[in-house]
Amino acid sequence: MPPLPPLPIPAHPAPPTTEIAEPGNARLGLRLFLLYIILYAGFMALAAFAPQIMAKTPFGGVNLAILYGLGLIISAGILALLYAILCKTESKSGGEK
Amino acid sequence: MIYQFSWNAFLIFAFFVAVVLGLSFYLGRKARSAKGFFAAHGQVHWFVNGIAFAGDYLSAASFLGICGMIAWYGYDGFLYSIGYLAGWIVALFVIAEPIKRLGRFTFADALDSKFNSRAIKLTAAISTLVVSTFYLIPQMVGAGTLIQPLLGFSYTTGVILVGVVVIIIVVTAGMVSTTWVQFIKGSLLVIFCTILVGLILNRGIIAHPEAATMGIQTLVEAQGGKVTNDHPQGRGPGQGDLSPVGHVVRLPGDVKETGPLGPFKFLSTLQKSDVLLWSSKKTLENGVSVTRFTPKVVKGEEVMTPGASPTFAGIRKDNLWAKLDFISLMLALFCGTASLPHILIRYYTVKDQAAARKSTVVGIGAIGFFYVLTLFLGLGAMTSGAMDVTNNNMAAPLLARTFSQTLFAIISAIAFTTVLGTVSGLIMAAAGAVAHDLMTNLFKVTDHEHGQVMWGKIAAVVVGIVAMALGIVFRDFNVSFLVGWAFNVAASANLPSLVMLLFWKKTTSAGIAAAITTGIVSSLAWILMSGQAYKDIYHWDPAAAIVPFSQPGLVTIPLGFVVLIAVSLMTSRKVVEREAIMVA
Repeated sequence: MPPLPPLPIPAHPAPPTTEIAEPGNARLGLRLFLLYIILYAGFMALAAFAPQIMAKTPFGGVNLAILYGLGLIISAGILALLYAILCKTESKSGGEK
Repeated sequence: MIYQFSWNAFLIFAFFVAVVLGLSFYLGRKARSAKGFFAAHGQVHWFVNGIAFAGDYLSAASFLGICGMIAWYGYDGFLYSIGYLAGWIVALFVIAEPIKRLGRFTFADALDSKFNSRAIKLTAAISTLVVSTFYLIPQMVGAGTLIQPLLGFSYTTGVILVGVVVIIIVVTAGMVSTTWVQFIKGSLLVIFCTILVGLILNRGIIAHPEAATMGIQTLVEAQGGKVTNDHPQGRGPGQGDLSPVGHVVRLPGDVKETGPLGPFKFLSTLQKSDVLLWSSKKTLENGVSVTRFTPKVVKGEEVMTPGASPTFAGIRKDNLWAKLDFISLMLALFCGTASLPHILIRYYTVKDQAAARKSTVVGIGAIGFFYVLTLFLGLGAMTSGAMDVTNNNMAAPLLARTFSQTLFAIISAIAFTTVLGTVSGLIMAAAGAVAHDLMTNLFKVTDHEHGQVMWGKIAAVVVGIVAMALGIVFRDFNVSFLVGWAFNVAASANLPSLVMLLFWKKTTSAGIAAAITTGIVSSLAWILMSGQAYKDIYHWDPAAAIVPFSQPGLVTIPLGFVVLIAVSLMTSRKVVEREAIMVA
């Protein structure tokens, strides 16, 4: 079989996907994002300006610095999961929503 | 410390490399089109892509650097884990879906999707090359530094070995093989670190009160060889070596050992214990390098709070600039992840926005879990009694050796596979920028897919060779310094444009190009004028530095936004006026 001719590169701007944005998803994403920013900023502020609070041991024999740090990692996972569950699947352009 | 060549480690690593290369040659047939080479046909399953995100992101700095920093200073290493993971929140909630929707192969596609601007293509490609190169250097330095103790080869051999293997991976099957290498590496890393943490908790903590009597250790490096603690370094008669470090000298209740502990009990027990930590100071005496390692008993509660390491010591001082330096680094880590080109290109390997979203969630799960493990790995190393006082990057492999030689071999081999996975992603990002953004879209050197793939392969070889050369030149450079540098430059150069393109309709192409240029130039200039550069690069007094703190992000990320808004407002008026004239 003769080799196939080289494929031309699509002219710019090529529509990379026929999908359109789902505004509800973007709104939900921004809300969760703001929530995480507050958590993260609180951590930075405490670590930088109130290290004595970070050294306190509220429960479980583990100090706030460790609890808050682990909490930031775990809450990122929970927010991500929440987002994945609540998001609507994007529709294709021209298709029905 | 003296390391013995381990045949097990070598054979396991050789097996990994053989599997990875075999896979690349097998997959090579499937990656001949541009979409195949640059984006793995956009057909990678979201779960595989999510684990590949972990394989792409968890570099040697994450695995070895963070474990070492926690083992040496405690909590401060964990600050990096927190910041590196938080960055994924920006990726998921702000960047993931639009970047998938708007781009084809590179993030320049997404930035340029509305404009078809030569300035955006050029600046975005330069930004990709600059950020990827800065990220490549520490990976190569890490490979060279580790190969000697782990596999017994020289530094240069390590750098060349990694460079050659990665070039073969990328040239044979581009993003297809890169994806699978990263998937294998991400899986191995998470699985074996989980096993290691299980073993740490099962062993519990053992007290070594006798370690409290350890004195200062010395290492003298002269041309004739090394002298450790007044004996020539070696295993023969009359020779000696540095003693291994990393001991708990007192447990709560003065017990000898705790027995198996749960994760929280492990942390709370360590918080109430006393540990022996080491600091080092290197001096030149009569042309001979002398390093003194000084032990100090430190309370566990101090080790488990931020500010114990030299990097973050400013947190505990009453100096505002030092505190701002810490905030600036945490901001750069937060904003940098979603701005790293080698991470962004992974969004083009899945089929749609839903898959992009789901794979990011899987990535956050795997990466977050791994970063929780780093805390236990680091603290496990701190209390293992087996650390090399001269090299904290060896903390994780040496910790594994306290359980078995086989585990040491596996963890060592995984450390190398770690470098392979990340370097492949970085070279792919750089190759995409050269072949797709510059050669095809900007300079129109090629107009068919075969040409584009060929340029991608040429670029991969050239970037790979440059990376090897830089790895050899930057041999003595501080690895974590360079990784922080890459995050700062990426966040300053790319994040303002990505965010404003999505959320501000008045953004213009001139605004984006100006913001990228300002971000690169200002962050690099700030770093070169910082106290850290004065100390580490020029060997000058850091107090004389021009800028008040070392990490630029706090200033240069907002600066990118300001420049983008100002230039967009100025240029959008011109566009409106031009359109008005044409209508009239």
